[in-house]
Amino acid sequence: MKRYDLIIVGAGPSGLSAAIEAAKRGLEVVVFDENEKPGGQLFKQIHKFFGSKEHRAKTRGFVIGKQLLDEAAAAGVLVVLNATVIGLYQDKEVVVKIKESIRHYKADAVVIATGAAENMVTFKGWTLPGVIGAGAAQTLMNLHGVLPGKKVLMLGSGNVGLVVSFQLLQCGCEVVALVDAAPRVGGYGVHAAKVARTGVPFYLSHTIVEAEGDEWVTGVTIAQVDDKFNFIEGTEKHFDVDTICLAVGLSPMSQLLKMAGAKMEDNPKKGGQVPVCDEYGRTSIPGVFVAGDVSGIEEASSAMIEGRMAGVVAAEYLGFIDTESMDTELKEMEKALDGLRQGMFAPKNRGKAIDKTEEGIDISVNLLKRGFVADDEIEKYPGVTHKKGVHPVIECTQNIPCNPCQDACPKKCISIGSNITSLPIVVKDSECINCGMCVASCSGQAIFLVDEDCGDGTATVTLPYEFLPLPKEGEKGIALGRDGNEVCKAEVVSVKSAKAFDKTNLLTMRVPKEYAMKARFFKVSK
Amino acid sequence: MADRIAEHPILGVQEKGKIVKFVFDGMQIEGYEGEPIAAALKAADVMVHRYTQKEHKPRGIFCAIGRCTDCVMIVDGVPNVRTCITPLKEGMVVKTQFGVSEKPFDEQ
Repeated sequence: MKRYDLIIVGAGPSGLSAAIEAAKRGLEVVVFDENEKPGGQLFKQIHKFFGSKEHRAKTRGFVIGKQLLDEAAAAGVLVVLNATVIGLYQDKEVVVKIKESIRHYKADAVVIATGAAENMVTFKGWTLPGVIGAGAAQTLMNLHGVLPGKKVLMLGSGNVGLVVSFQLLQCGCEVVALVDAAPRVGGYGVHAAKVARTGVPFYLSHTIVEAEGDEWVTGVTIAQVDDKFNFIEGTEKHFDVDTICLAVGLSPMSQLLKMAGAKMEDNPKKGGQVPVCDEYGRTSIPGVFVAGDVSGIEEASSAMIEGRMAGVVAAEYLGFIDTESMDTELKEMEKALDGLRQGMFAPKNRGKAIDKTEEGIDISVNLLKRGFVADDEIEKYPGVTHKKGVHPVIECTQNIPCNPCQDACPKKCISIGSNITSLPIVVKDSECINCGMCVASCSGQAIFLVDEDCGDGTATVTLPYEFLPLPKEGEKGIALGRDGNEVCKAEVVSVKSAKAFDKTNLLTMRVPKEYAMKARFFKVSK
Repeated sequence: MADRIAEHPILGVQEKGKIVKFVFDGMQIEGYEGEPIAAALKAADVMVHRYTQKEHKPRGIFCAIGRCTDCVMIVDGVPNVRTCITPLKEGMVVKTQFGVSEKPFDEQ
């Protein structure tokens, strides 16, 4: 039986991070993953990540995936693919299915980083071909370059539902509606707003009655639900669709831990059955550690830090580092992790209805109900100010742990301060040079450069644009408002695509000046 | 292959490798070597992968990561092959699965 210092199950963000840290400290590490390619779900994530520099913020997920693989290779980590771990037994015997053979390995320490699986909901017709998980849509379009459908209805307004809806739009699908049984949008407001402004309607307190079709999906009916989630008669709405995407949460894949006899708990705040563990991933079994979604649903950025912690703790457990140096390193990582666990979407706030920002400003009711901040609400937020000439308008209205915008501006026009969840403010008397770095740096696509009065009755609005085909200078179209409705005619002044913008194009459009604070998206006239 | 994304605003033009031919229920279809069989079928607008044993209900791609087994088909004579994680090869013979058979139910 082959022996390793450390066996890691799962080559996603947390497993690879654990492997890198452990290997750097001299452990012989192997990572088993059932997939054909490593990286877990990172290679399906094409949006820019939130957080701060230390969390690799404003870097796109698939780029982080490549960085992790490079780091793992440099650290000498062995990753075995197409290898499904099917058993974790006494004395850390790990049983792996590789092709048609079953192999046994012995580890001195184990990190379980198996991640999570998508939840499902049932409704009439839910088994029809064309009803797919949001993860399946991501896999098809972002890994395999195949359209998941042409007309899609998304169920679920959490970050997965919002992000995948935007990705569907990016590859040319029509998203006919975003539906959630909950009364409020579950994910980040900025993710919702970038979908809503393209014209996708949000139906909160609605869910699917039926997927229609005999052999595959040809349509869907949704209806409103009351506060007990019962359908309200007469509220049915029909859409012609070929695809229904389900983004209704994730559950930890903790079966191996249960099998190994680790103490488990049912914790709804963590997404279901999770191992009982301390803040560094130590389970009830000495030498068996956990990291990432398997120990509680969060996101990739925190999974990577948890993974690094597990790698360090495993190194100490096996005597590769002493307790003192472990404690020092953990302290740093804990600080980084704590930074990500702040704000209104923090795990500790899960399930709480938060109505005010940390600054005491009312959260936009429209944002929670319809996915966008209404024109009469936007002026309340500190990033929305007015001055002569081009200036940033920061439509960031919820406290989330993210701050790349304040470092992006070479003129220091934007400030968040040391509290990473504070709403960004425009620094008084700062001088905007219209470089656009803030627009491209905002992972939430919530920053616009506006010249409210160009002197000839028009205004210009620069917005982040990640769609194809790219409109051309002089092209005429329609400006859409935050709600996705047409507000006025618009003409493209310029489209900038610098390398530093990392695929976020800066589209500047000219609109009548009375629409400077209303026009937020450009649509080509058909 | 109309349902392919020719150019993606973030991912650009994806390198897909060699085009290979395979057979689906007697029809010749093209796909890219090494991509999941299910991706090639989806790009060719094939929705139904199998019919369930008891109720004869259609199933297609659902999770696309090898977990749910909705997309299993008969590949080169072997039933229950998860097409979403099985790489496509030149000349593969892929058949709709009825229960666990390649024969439609009225012939079983």
